[in-house]
Amino acid sequence: MGQVEVRVKLKEDVLDPQGEAIRRVLAGLGYGEITRVRVGKLLLLEVDGSESPAVRARVEQAAREVLSNPVIEDFEVRLP
Amino acid sequence: MTAGVRRGEGEPTMPVRPAGGRRVAVVVFPGSNCDRDAMAAVQRAGGEAVPVWHQSEDLAGCGAAILPGGFSYGDYLRAGAMAAHSPVMRAVRRLAVEGGAILGICNGFQMLLEVGLLPGAMLPNRSLRFICREVYVRVERNDGLLLRHLARGQVLRLPIAHKEGNWYAPAEVVQRVEREGGVAFRYCSPAGQVGPEANPNGALANVAGLVNREGNVLGLMPHPERRVHTLLGGEDGLPLIRALVEVA
Repeated sequence: MGQVEVRVKLKEDVLDPQGEAIRRVLAGLGYGEITRVRVGKLLLLEVDGSESPAVRARVEQAAREVLSNPVIEDFEVRLP
Repeated sequence: MTAGVRRGEGEPTMPVRPAGGRRVAVVVFPGSNCDRDAMAAVQRAGGEAVPVWHQSEDLAGCGAAILPGGFSYGDYLRAGAMAAHSPVMRAVRRLAVEGGAILGICNGFQMLLEVGLLPGAMLPNRSLRFICREVYVRVERNDGLLLRHLARGQVLRLPIAHKEGNWYAPAEVVQRVEREGGVAFRYCSPAGQVGPEANPNGALANVAGLVNREGNVLGLMPHPERRVHTLLGGEDGLPLIRALVEVA
């Protein structure tokens, strides 16, 4: 199987001071139309086996237990 | 260390027991940098400090453990996240269930949140800066294994040194923590006033430290192990370490 993507992002109601700092810099450079920035993580996984619901379930379990912190983050798994 | 700790004139001296009796495990992760300080503090409080490597499956029979500060695993992924999944954490969890005392300091506090022994999570400081300075924290409760040598409302002066100390939890979790008396320490003014101006990092409800319902698991961002001698600027951290040593 090719590359599996795990996208980890902060939950909507969690403040993201880093994103806000980036937004301010962008606004200062004239990118006023960018009204919100949220910083997340993209993890690229090489996974053995062929695409199947079982493989997806395994990756989702890893994302839930290790790759993200469910208190502050959501994740999304994308298979190739 | 041979004699009692000299304090200010007229104050009682705190007895310092020779090492050998009360054994406290100090867990060492790759990237820990306060483990030696924690061990020295345990000795100062009359205990024997036992370094335990993060790959260990047990805590060398100790009845208490310190998860020290530092940057375990380089803070990869999230502060404390990798450490939370290391073999030794199974032993830490076991000790917590058995009622042993666990003190998580700074990075160690972040680990306790990551493993779910304490509620919430740490976000980057509101200022996005690493903050290394003195703060004041107010003691919110004085019961349980670890807080019993402190007085409620007492103000401690302790150093902080972190970039992710902005405690966060969903509103309903914050309410539950408050209801159950889960806050052990709050950032405050030197006079003990809790407010936004005394909050160094943006932590909700000025939370500087949390304790579980059973009172045997405590985590805090300030460093009590760096305040165990007048030569180090004070002994404000000693009562906490002493309580830990006594239950070990």
